[in-house]
Amino acid sequence: MAEGKEFWRWTEYNWHDPDIDPKTADCVTAGVDVGSVSTQAVVMTDGKLFAYSSMRTGSDSPNSARNAMDWALKDTGLTVDDIQYCVGTGYGRVNVPFAQRPITEIACHARGANYIYGPSVRTVLDMGGQDCKAIHCDERGKVTAFLMNDKCAAGTGRGMEVFADLLSVPIEEMGEVSLDVSEEPPMVSSTCVVFAKSEAVGLLRKGWPKAKVLAAYHAAMAHRVVNLLDRIGTEEEFAITGGISKNTGIVTRLRRELGIQPLTTEYDAQIAGGIGAALFARALLMKQRRGR
Amino acid sequence: MGYLANYGYTDGSGDWYIRIDTERCNGCGDCVTACPAGLFELIEDEYDPLSDEVTASVRPQNRRTIKYDCGPCKPVTDRPPLPCMDACEPGAITHSW
Amino acid sequence: MITAGIDVGAKTTKVVILNGDQIVGRSDLILTGFDQQEAAERALTQALVAAGLEQRAIERVVATGAGAKAVHYAHDTISDVKAAARGANRFVPSARTVLDVGAEEGRGIRCDARGGVIDFAVNEKCAAGAGAFTEAMSRALEVPLEEMGALSLKSRNAVPMNAQCAVFAESEVVSLIHAKTPKEDIVRAVHDAIASRIGSMVRRVGIEPDVILIGGVAHNAGFVDSLRRGLDIEIRVPQAPDYVSAVGAALVASE
Repeated sequence: MAEGKEFWRWTEYNWHDPDIDPKTADCVTAGVDVGSVSTQAVVMTDGKLFAYSSMRTGSDSPNSARNAMDWALKDTGLTVDDIQYCVGTGYGRVNVPFAQRPITEIACHARGANYIYGPSVRTVLDMGGQDCKAIHCDERGKVTAFLMNDKCAAGTGRGMEVFADLLSVPIEEMGEVSLDVSEEPPMVSSTCVVFAKSEAVGLLRKGWPKAKVLAAYHAAMAHRVVNLLDRIGTEEEFAITGGISKNTGIVTRLRRELGIQPLTTEYDAQIAGGIGAALFARALLMKQRRGR
Repeated sequence: MGYLANYGYTDGSGDWYIRIDTERCNGCGDCVTACPAGLFELIEDEYDPLSDEVTASVRPQNRRTIKYDCGPCKPVTDRPPLPCMDACEPGAITHSW
Repeated sequence: MITAGIDVGAKTTKVVILNGDQIVGRSDLILTGFDQQEAAERALTQALVAAGLEQRAIERVVATGAGAKAVHYAHDTISDVKAAARGANRFVPSARTVLDVGAEEGRGIRCDARGGVIDFAVNEKCAAGAGAFTEAMSRALEVPLEEMGALSLKSRNAVPMNAQCAVFAESEVVSLIHAKTPKEDIVRAVHDAIASRIGSMVRRVGIEPDVILIGGVAHNAGFVDSLRRGLDIEIRVPQAPDYVSAVGAALVASE
């Protein structure tokens, strides 16, 4: 991973609900979402959000899962042994030693989005550090269609980072700068990050200001994302998660092209996968109990 | 109720996806044997974790090279019918290219 | 008849001057840069000096390549595919499959005994499918592009490369370096990866010997070796592989 500023380098954090006494809960379940860049641990009591943490994955997935879990449970009076069922998800889902089973991030993301956005959400677009997913779900958060692209850097945080580096614009500001144009320039003609970068260098030499170059690139990226969404259709309500959801340049252009206003949430959408995993853990725990 | 799974990718050169309609898929596994590149496999409850129904899927190791893996079945001219689609009686498999 | 062919590629521009089917002068490899017209003029000037001719001695000019339309002094343009097939045929009359791998595009062409195009496939618009991939990796490895070939031939270990994108592959290369993987093994993996993508592409038109490789990437002996192994067939590389398409254009000019 390149050194220097990393867009998806969230401040690490943990939180728990002081008003919930986990010892009185019937089901205490957890989900750990081990991404290639960050790991989220989420604990739920009877299907309600109780505690969570988010930290960098680093190079040691099994340890990062445990560290994230311990940190989420800090000062809650619980330890990992109190978790009755745990599901691992994300890129490193098989690297959660204390999980009972892994579940794909697509399924967990849909379930988690249903929790944080409500049962009206039907389309979730997740633009992460190294991949891009479009998911359809029903009112229970069950996946009805999906598409995942982790082959090509265009539309991922890594692709954005290349442009931030090229133009020496902090990645958190790229979106705003891209909107600082009096009219939309034509899109860059390549969606390939490598070729778009070359094109951008040419535009700079022609005298285009940074904002205009960024506008041309963001327009191309937003258009490409719309293409991706068209493959499964964008049904309302629509929600955008992942690092790039904070890029106003992309979100504004998506809104324009789709004609749809995305939902917002007071939760940090980054924990959607972990929440989904913890909810599946609960369902599987209940199933297990019934089976006895 | 099944789901529509799109396996593959979009890059600068286009959209390359095999779509499996798991509602139609009956888990027969004929596509697994029919595909000369061995792209298909049968999975259980990957995307619907509370079900234990078996459905066809594209193997994870092939999803990022699908355009090339499918190449031999898709020559530029005189393209014959695709063996995977031929083998699938319920018509659960479609290709985006 | 004196003709000129100009190939304005994504990376380099080449001009060749023919008298009949004999090359009487050619330009150096001129970097196309961002001003295709200027590169085209500079290349023509160089070729004329090399041939000892004035521009008015040239009866017809045909342009090809990504920037063909920018050549204002050309009488006509032809596709890269036609130029490559025609040019390859001039150097290797037994050529029946032409691989033209440039900086931004890779083409697989089936041609007939006269250098006519029977069928073709392309890898385009994605850096992982052409020379741009090797260039990006040479930067990530801090190995000069010209040295990539020789270095990869030293490798005795096939190391897998999972990334299928030049941007992601760069990160993967950095990880491999941190894991102390020998550079020659990494470079070989890079060449195997790009050769695999070119090989898969050309298989869609069918491979018939003799197989010729042209375009700038043909200078990379490591890539040629990977291609040979991947396709399990002999690959012939003509001298000055970069200029073959320009020659093809010049030959078409005389028809």
